[in-house]
This record gives sequence, structure tokens and C-alpha cells, in this order.
Amino acid sequence: MELLDNLALGFSVALSFQNIFYCFAGVLLGTLIGVLPGLGPIATIAMLLPITFGLPPVSALIMLAGIYYGAQYGGSTTAILINLPGESSSVVTAIDGHQMAKQGRAGAALATAALGSFFAGTVATFLLAVFSPPLAELALQFGPAEYFSLMVLGLIASVTLASGSVVKALAMIVLGLMLGLSGQDIYTGVPRFTFDLPELADGLDFVALAMGMFGISEIIRNLEDEHQRLLVAAKVKGLMLTKEDFRSIIGPVLRGTGIGSILGILPGGGAMLSSFAAYSIEKKISRTPQRFGRGAIEGVAGPESANNAGAQTSFIPMLTLGIPSNPVMALMIGALIIQGITPGPNVVTDKPDLFWGVIASMWIGNFMLVLLNLPLIGIWVRLLTVPYHVLFPAIVAFCCIGVYSVNNNNFDVYAMAFFGILGYVLVKLDCEPAPLLLGFVIGPMLEEHLRRAMLISRGDPSVFLTRPISAVLVPLGADPAGGGWPPPPRRPSSRASSRRSCATRPRRCARRRSPWARPWAATPSAGASPCARSAPCC
Amino acid sequence: MGLIRNPKDVLSGLLFLVIAGIFAWQAQDLSMGTAVRMGPGYFPMLLSGLLGLLGIIVLVNGLRFPGEMPSGIAWRALFVLVGVVVFFGFAVRPLGFLPALGITVFVSAAGSRLFRPLTALLITIAMVVFAWVVFIKGLGLPLPLLGPWLGGY
Repeated sequence: MELLDNLALGFSVALSFQNIFYCFAGVLLGTLIGVLPGLGPIATIAMLLPITFGLPPVSALIMLAGIYYGAQYGGSTTAILINLPGESSSVVTAIDGHQMAKQGRAGAALATAALGSFFAGTVATFLLAVFSPPLAELALQFGPAEYFSLMVLGLIASVTLASGSVVKALAMIVLGLMLGLSGQDIYTGVPRFTFDLPELADGLDFVALAMGMFGISEIIRNLEDEHQRLLVAAKVKGLMLTKEDFRSIIGPVLRGTGIGSILGILPGGGAMLSSFAAYSIEKKISRTPQRFGRGAIEGVAGPESANNAGAQTSFIPMLTLGIPSNPVMALMIGALIIQGITPGPNVVTDKPDLFWGVIASMWIGNFMLVLLNLPLIGIWVRLLTVPYHVLFPAIVAFCCIGVYSVNNNNFDVYAMAFFGILGYVLVKLDCEPAPLLLGFVIGPMLEEHLRRAMLISRGDPSVFLTRPISAVLVPLGADPAGGGWPPPPRRPSSRASSRRSCATRPRRCARRRSPWARPWAATPSAGASPCARSAPCC
Repeated sequence: MGLIRNPKDVLSGLLFLVIAGIFAWQAQDLSMGTAVRMGPGYFPMLLSGLLGLLGIIVLVNGLRFPGEMPSGIAWRALFVLVGVVVFFGFAVRPLGFLPALGITVFVSAAGSRLFRPLTALLITIAMVVFAWVVFIKGLGLPLPLLGPWLGGY
């Protein structure tokens, strides 16, 4: 069995003392920032990116991956206990999880979230191991035309990441692509969009952009409305699930895992979309849908499994094609490039230790998370009581140190301040920065593949339609709603659907606000989630 | 507000148009090339046009459909945080890492309306010690602790 050999290689890499340590550090930090509302995984990964430069690539990626899925776990704790989703992916967990906590079942909700996530993580890791190598082999046959189509599809699908107007999300993608072009032209070496600043000759610094948009501007946004957080359960009791609980969560966990695994692979997918989809499906097939919103354990189990599965499987396109499906994966690609590794199908064959080591570490990391989250829940609860105005100066300091230490260059720090302002302005105008970051990373690749494809086809744009794989991808990307792929979950549980209807019927939607009751909207949210903050639709 | 129904959309539309304009203006000096052999200016021009188009759509939507004013801008946090970040970039070399960091942390605490000098001081001390242990001792970042202005090197 080749798979077993590969997994054995992976575990031998992941179980080395050093890598276990970085895996642990990653999931610990991930849980920490997931628990704290107001600091998302994008900002954290950007902040810690400079630290990983000194590590070997395997350890760096293991740690960054740990932060990502650790944040999913941590986010659910906050969502359940104080009704503020720490991450956008745990927005729906807050609905039923917080109700359970109010009824004194916080322990059961937390245990469900942790066990569901662990199960989903295990399955998704296995899927990653099984499906990545063949996909990478297929990707080796891709030419520039295929890559171009695939990237366009991925970018357009990423509008599902944003809540709000589709046109604005598309504009943000284009803006990101344009910002990504600054620096020297790859073919001619002509400086472009450098505004005569020598510091821009190598292009805008990716870390500065990400930290300005997701670190500094996020902090400013959180400082708009400061309030005391209400902790429901100061002491969490009853972590054990009853037999009845187990029986009622098995189905949702399995379904959530399936949904998350599929949606995670698709471009634009990932943890957030998966959790929304899982919640709406659970509610739809439930025999007692009226319990949802009043503390249904299924409403915790489904989304929590789905978001973790989605988080893991979104590594598949990143590792096999080198194409990020969400901003976190864009950051991972940035980290790999800085490490001197070109992400793409060659990683599987050229760097098997990296590829399989990261996969194996995910399972280990998920196991660590169960241990970290259940017995140590008391520590996280205490952490929640630290007020934001004490925390954020430290976050500012980390951002400054992080961005400065990338190149030891003060220009990057100024750039971060600039993007902090820009990010805040855009957020105030209901333009979400997530698609911009994706465009920024993909921009240079997109241009290169476009130019190569046109060169090979001698300027005939029909190449994107005549090459078979590309021909399949183009119509998918051209789907007018953009969000039509993947199929958005139904109202009332997803913003995605109301956005879709918004795209097709702007007039009606403009007059009518989403009828969906949003419990977290009642509390002025300090949450990091883009989705919890912004206006429903138009 | 007769003409402008959705100030957020109108403003974002204008912002996109301005950015598209700046980029197009910068890209006009770059050679366009042909579709076969694209010059450095081809793709940027394409994108500028696209962004301009999207900007117009957003702008027109903002004139047609009602919406809200952007609200609750945290001016204090905005000025304080942007200020301290710029200060850090400026001061990290002349003042040195730790003094610049300390001032950054202390002043940024003032971005919150719940600012208390004593709390801020405690956070500052904790953060400076933490940064020294982790970044200088632990990770060995090559940053001068005290800059030339304070008698360092």
C-alpha cells in the first residue's frame, strides 16, 4: 500500500520532537486567538509569519496549519460561552450553543463541539491523504490556460467569502489583483506602480498588507463599541455527554463532516461556508426544527464538524494546485514562497516529507486540541474575562514587531499603517477585505498564466474554451451570480443565499432586509468575524 | 438626500473610480504590447478598466437604491493607532527596539475610551519584558535594544 508508506513517512516527520513542539505551539496559539474575539486567524498567521522564516519549511507549515484549525476550535468556545463568535466560522455555533449554555448545558455544548471537530478532522485528514496525490497528478497536465481558468474560477467563487454586494466583492478582487501587480514586471523588468518609491521595487509586502487590513483596521473597528462581555457560565460543568446526546449528534456530525469536506475543496469554500451549509441542512431535515435556535445540540454538532472538515480539506487545492481557496490558504502560499518552495503539483513528488508531514501533523494536532480544549477549558474561560482594552495594545505591538522584522524595513511599517486606514475605510463602506487579499496573492500568477497562454495560442482567446479542462472551468466561473458555485445553502440560515438573491434581484432585496434573526447582532459585537458585523444584504 | 440614496455605495463607487483612475494614469507609460505578446501595461489596463466599470455599477446602484450612512467611525482609535504604527516605523531605529515598543504600547492603549494610565503602564511593562524575552533572547531577532539617540550603537 503506497498510501500507508506515505502516511508512515508523514508520521515519522510529524512525530519528530521538533515538529510535535511546533504543532503544539500552533494549536495552542490558534486556540488562544480563536478564544479571544477580535483577532482572527488571518491576522495571527500574518503576525507569526516572520517567526516561521527561521524554521524549516515543514515545521513552519505545520505550525501555521495548527493555528488555522486551532482557531476553529477556540472560536466555538467563545461563541458558546459569550455569544460572540471568535471566528466567522463559528457564527452559527453561537445560535444554539449559547442557548445551551444559558440552560446550563455549556459543558455538553463544548464537548459536542470538540468531539465533532475531532471526528471531522480525522476524516478530512484521511481524505486529504487519499485524494491529493491523484489530483496533483492531474494538475501536472495543466497548462497556462487551465491555470488561468482555474484561478479566475477561484477568485469569482471567493465572493462567497464576503457578505454583502457581489459587485463590491468583485471590485475588491480586482483591486487586490492590481495591488499585487506592483513591483517589477516579470518579463521585462519594468517597474510598475512603484510611484517612484524604491521600496516598492520588489512589490508591496504581503505581510504588511495582510496585517494592516486584518490586524490594525480590525482593532480600530473593535474599538468602536466597547462593552463589558457577559460570561454565561463562569464554571463549566458536565463535560460528559449522555447516551442520548451521543445518539442525537452522530447524524449531524457525519453529515457535517461530509458537507465540510466537499465545500472545503471547492474554490471560495472553507470553514465559514461549510458551517452555514451544515446548520441549514440540519435544521431542514430535523423532525423538530422549532428546537433550533433554542439550544438544539444538533445545531452545534453539525456546523462544528463541518467547519473543521472544511478547514482541513481547503488544504487540498493549496497543496496540489498551488491555488488558495481562501485568504488563510493565501497566507500559507505566501509562507511557502518565502521558504523557497513553489506551491503546486510538484510539491507532492519533490517534497514528500513536507506534504505527508503536514498531513500527518493535522491528525496529531486535532488530537492535541481535544486534550487542550476539554480538560483545560477552565483556563480558556478565565482568558475570556480579560477585557479588550487591555489586550489590544499587545496586539498592536505584535503587528509592529512582526511586520518590521520581515525585512527590517520601516517602509513596511508605514505600509501597514496605510493599509490599516484603507482597510478601515473599506469596511466602513461595507466592502470586505477578504477577497482583496486573495486577489493580491493570485494577481501575479494570474497575469503570468494569462500572458503565457496567449503567447502559446498566438493571441487566440478561444484557447480558454478549446482546451478541455479549461472549457469546463470557464462556464462555472461565468455563472452570473458567482456564488452559484458552490450551491449556496438556503435561507434562513445563510447570508450566502440572501446575497445571491441580491445579485439577481437587487431591487427587491434593497427594500427588504433579511428576515433571519441574528442573535449576535443584538449585542454590539467585538467579534473578528466579517460576517457578524456587516449589514445583512444590501 | 434626494440624489444620493445609499451613501456607502456612492462613496465606494467613487473610491473604486479614483483608484482605477490612478492605476490607469500610472499604467499609461507602460507599453501595452499586443494580445499575443502582452507588454507590462496590458493586464494593468485591463484591470483598471474592469475596476472602473465595477465602480460605475456600484455608484449607480448607490444612486438608485436606498441604504445607510457609514456610522460610528472610531476617530480616536483611528488616529491613535495609525499614529503609533507610523511612530514605531520611524522610531525603531533611532530610539531602539525596546523604547520604541514601550511608547507604542503605552500610547496605543490611549486609543480606547477605557484608557487608564496605570493599566496602560502595566501593560507596557509586561509587553516590553515579554518582547525582550521572546524576540531578543528567544528568537534572536537582530534588533538594537537602544538606538543612537539613547546612547546605543
